[in-house]
Amino acid sequence: MNRTRSGYVGLLYATPALLFVAAFVLYPLLQLFLTSLTNSSLLGGSEYIGWRNYLRAYRDATFWRALIFTCKYTLIITPILMILGYLAALLTLSAKRFGKFTRGVVFLPVVIGLGSSSFLWFWLFDEQVGLVNKLLKDLHVIAQPIVWFVDADLGLAAVTASIVWKVVGFGMILFVAALQAIGDDVNEAALIDGASYWRRIAHIALPLTWRTILLTTLVSAIGSMLAFDQFYIMTAGGPESQTFTSVYWIYQNSFIYFKQGYGAALSVILMAIILTGSALQLFLMRRGQRA
Amino acid sequence: MSAFADLAPGAKAIAAPRTASASPLLGALCVGVVAIMLFPLLMCFSASIKTAQEASAVPPHYWPSALSVENYLKVFHYQASLPVYLANSFAVAALTILLCLGLGTPAAYGLARFPVPAKEFVFLVLLSSLMVPYQALLTPLYIMAASLGLANTYLGLAIVHTVVQLPFSVYLLRNSFEETPRELEEAGIVDGCNSLQLLRWIFLPAAAPALITVTLFAFIASWNEFIAALIFMNKETAFTIPIMLVGVRQGHFGAIDWGALQAGVVVSIFPCLAIYLLLQRHYVSGFLSGAIK
Repeated sequence: MNRTRSGYVGLLYATPALLFVAAFVLYPLLQLFLTSLTNSSLLGGSEYIGWRNYLRAYRDATFWRALIFTCKYTLIITPILMILGYLAALLTLSAKRFGKFTRGVVFLPVVIGLGSSSFLWFWLFDEQVGLVNKLLKDLHVIAQPIVWFVDADLGLAAVTASIVWKVVGFGMILFVAALQAIGDDVNEAALIDGASYWRRIAHIALPLTWRTILLTTLVSAIGSMLAFDQFYIMTAGGPESQTFTSVYWIYQNSFIYFKQGYGAALSVILMAIILTGSALQLFLMRRGQRA
Repeated sequence: MSAFADLAPGAKAIAAPRTASASPLLGALCVGVVAIMLFPLLMCFSASIKTAQEASAVPPHYWPSALSVENYLKVFHYQASLPVYLANSFAVAALTILLCLGLGTPAAYGLARFPVPAKEFVFLVLLSSLMVPYQALLTPLYIMAASLGLANTYLGLAIVHTVVQLPFSVYLLRNSFEETPRELEEAGIVDGCNSLQLLRWIFLPAAAPALITVTLFAFIASWNEFIAALIFMNKETAFTIPIMLVGVRQGHFGAIDWGALQAGVVVSIFPCLAIYLLLQRHYVSGFLSGAIK
């Protein structure tokens, strides 16, 4: 079989998947742009209005509040996830007795649905029947039950706690793999030098796992920028629309208010933001490069 | 939790402290972490087997004073009934798996084993939904689904879930096909196999672990996916399990039925936990090879 022909055979194998991507990713993407230039509504009717949706987004205080809130959420939760994930990796690698078991348990919530875990934590944080208040009371941390979801900051704290529980194992497992990939010789050389534990972590482990840390941070931050389930289920955007995330506000416009033209414009803006992050991610995970 | 033992066999962790005296403290820390991680799950299960009345008691108790299946019965008989919702979730997941394997396997094979023109560009196109968050595409996809008569159908939602899972599937399978030894392929060629037969008899068996991992991930992603299911499955009989939970929480007269909600959560978590505990090795290895590296 000559090379060119063989190349086209290969392309033929990829054709169904390419057609799928063309039909359900690229074509909708084009539609998204076109819709964002219209005032089209799920209730019917659509006309071209140019860039007016984008202008409107620029003046939409709720959109800005949602975007800023999403960034705030991302900036709060990402470092917590990375630091706790790294510490969990170190702990479960160091502890001889329960290390591996602990690792398995910490990773366990990662396989659970975000919806399921949000309903679980919505209940745990309920001011009346929730066990978080009961536990805090039994431990004498609080005297009166806290009403978590009437305050934006408390609501954010509750959501953050639930997500840390849910995804801390994600970072941990990647950090474990990166730490284990550091060769024994490096480690032994450091031991011979008599470097203390935390010095070894700071001067050897951290620099050598830097790329994994960076990538995990990016993936995690992108995920947080797209948060929806946990806020939809736990805070419902409240109180007073203070905990709407970007995706939530898009959902609200497109599917609750039926303003899909405007929702499309908001989606394009969000996509531009995410694209910057994920382009960086793809660049870092180029094939052939290993952490 | 054996799967975590052999991520890098033989490598002594750099993290191991030298002093043996640290060991009891580390063990205690581990026990603390395990307790924190398991507390929510144990309490959720505990609430689900309380009587409905006790599950909504103020103030709450940690453990049930009497066991009851009342909450599970309520979830079972919720609206269109639990079997319908389970069937919906399983059907969508099964279609997602089929699409991911059916589209991903040949594409990965083509890219891994043929001198495809503009190969890396083709690969990038297949990965394009990694860069475009699917949440942004829900409006056009919903309109497409509606105009094709796919709203509230298994296929409609499975297509969205495939958009999400296909890049991972192609990525993982391509790596796996590329790692298949050339000698195996040559043996097949000597036996007179054409490229399709090579795929069937040489490459698919060799890539079995990757195929299992793709299946697992497609199942778990589809089973758990929330926002697309919320939008695409808006008819009560078409709900998947996570959307059923939204309804269970709303209850009948505004008062939340906490026991039934936690029973529903247990049901929704169960398949994922079972898969994780039974097939951990495949899950974790796929996670490490595909999630990032």
